[in-house]
Amino acid sequence: MTLIEVRSLSKRFGGLQALSEVSLSLAQGEILGLIGPNGAGKTTLFAAVTGFVRPDGGSVRLDGQEITGLPPHAICRRGLARTFQLVQPFPELSVVENVMVGAFNRTRSAAVARRRALEVLALTRLAPLAGRPAHALSIGLRKRLELARALATEPRVLLLDEVMSGLTPTEVDETVEVIRGIREAGVSIIVIEHVMAAVMGLSDRIAVLHHGELIAAATPAEIVQDRRVIDAYLGEPLAGKRE
Amino acid sequence: MPRTAAWLALLAAAAMVPLVIRSEYVIGTLTLMYFFAFVGQGWNILGGYAGQFSFGHALFFGIGAYTSSLCFLKLGLTPWVGMWLGAAVAVGVGLVTGHLSFRYGLRGAYFALVMLAFAEIFRVAATNWDFVGGSFGILVPLQGHAPRLFQFGDKRYFYYVILAMLLALTWAVARLERSRLGYQMIAIRENEAAADALGINPYRVKLAAMALSAAVTALGGAFYAQYFSYIDPAIGFGPANSIEILLRPIIGGAGTLWGPLLGALLLGLLGEGTRGLVKSYAGLHLMLYGVILMGAVVFLPRGVMGALRSLGVGAAERA
Ligand SMILES: Nc1ncnc2c1ncn2[C@@H]1O[C@H](COP(=O)(O)OP(=O)(O)OP(=O)(O)O)[C@@H](O)[C@H]1O
Ligand SMILES: [Mg+2]
Repeated sequence: MTLIEVRSLSKRFGGLQALSEVSLSLAQGEILGLIGPNGAGKTTLFAAVTGFVRPDGGSVRLDGQEITGLPPHAICRRGLARTFQLVQPFPELSVVENVMVGAFNRTRSAAVARRRALEVLALTRLAPLAGRPAHALSIGLRKRLELARALATEPRVLLLDEVMSGLTPTEVDETVEVIRGIREAGVSIIVIEHVMAAVMGLSDRIAVLHHGELIAAATPAEIVQDRRVIDAYLGEPLAGKRE
Repeated sequence: MPRTAAWLALLAAAAMVPLVIRSEYVIGTLTLMYFFAFVGQGWNILGGYAGQFSFGHALFFGIGAYTSSLCFLKLGLTPWVGMWLGAAVAVGVGLVTGHLSFRYGLRGAYFALVMLAFAEIFRVAATNWDFVGGSFGILVPLQGHAPRLFQFGDKRYFYYVILAMLLALTWAVARLERSRLGYQMIAIRENEAAADALGINPYRVKLAAMALSAAVTALGGAFYAQYFSYIDPAIGFGPANSIEILLRPIIGGAGTLWGPLLGALLLGLLGEGTRGLVKSYAGLHLMLYGVILMGAVVFLPRGVMGALRSLGVGAAERA
């Protein structure tokens, strides 16, 4: 079953075509990796899908329903949540309170929201930091907090924008496990990532953006063989790909 | 437990003051202190928690004062009811100004100035409209000791009224702080885009904050008009009043429960300390406020509460 259906999405910033007729889909329970060089339009694609930028053309459907042009909060309430590449914590609130704000998407009760937030913190391995102010976290943990907060909104689809870059290898492995756990819980996921080993291991399929165009969408094994992808992004030896 | 005990003791002390102290002057000073804490807390809901800095809260203050006074003067309606009508009118006006500001994404200085402009419109309108007393304003007709009309032969009654109002408000804001709406207001203040991404409609939450804030401030305005039996356009809607309203929560700590109370206490004490000076040089207190405000902004960017809190954090980290 198709959960997200993006059709011919385009977005221009001044003279720059950030997205050009991008079409892709996400199946129920799938993890889709989204890769491509810096400035390829990956973050813009997330922003256009979640209502943060208004696309010039094309449409986005969530579970068959048109969501193009809806404001971000309406899209989140329908079950599509995102994280920000440039982390956006609520600095004055504690870690658990940050996550509670997400949990309030599905409940009015502060007690229920707190319980839900603590569950999510356990799942994302942030539980020991629950009482810390968000501004005191390291960048790696702030990325984890982004993920936890979005997850607390109880989405059907989660869009993760580089939650692993800048993390230590151990933290990357942890995050990979966390994302697998989220998928096990029935959430479908798109991950933007430059950490190749992680995204290749995690994803069922990989989509590749280049200059705002979708140049390939296939299994990881096929992607690493794809001539255009190698030329545009991966380069010859896959190993040692930059973060 | 010791905390609860401390609060109860403080409360008991506040309740005992008029029984022990006979000085009308002291009672009057404390009454005004509570009153400023009350309207400061009203401002704090919108300006502190939700982070929408209003420079025109006299708008709601004046609406509360005028509505309750006019309802009494023209209709004979007791201000006990009139004050709630005033709150309702203030909510209505707040929703209109809020809609115009938030719909079009006005923030920061722009929002502050729009609020000032609205308050000024009401001030000028009240000044030129004879039905509401024009520039002279309204003298609330005195009926002697008439508790049912919000009039008391003894000022100590006012002390208890505003103390009860302040207690109820502090309790309500403490609840708000821990509620969904409270967290959503703080989230919008801290990062509006992130809040939006988490399913929060910033427009609606800001309007809710505006409505609550307007209602509280209007109730304060109604109390003021009854306490002094008088209201005029400048006292009600003027910019000086807007500054009085926001000064205490900012000095005490905007967006904190105790900020407005602490600010009211500090400015109250300061006012007492410099009373002799201010008497001999009219207008000095405004300059003094300016200096205090600058000092607070420079040295205590999060108010006294913020400074206390970071001291607390420092202590915890050292421990
Ligand atoms: N709001 C904006 N206004 C103008 N240009 C923008 C805006 N947002 C993005 N761009 C431009 O659009 C292009 C695509 O940016 P985008 O952030 O989507 O790339 P990306 O694939 O996420 O890159 P990275 O891997 O570096 O995160 C870039 O050239 C960027 O400078
Ligand atoms: Mg990006």
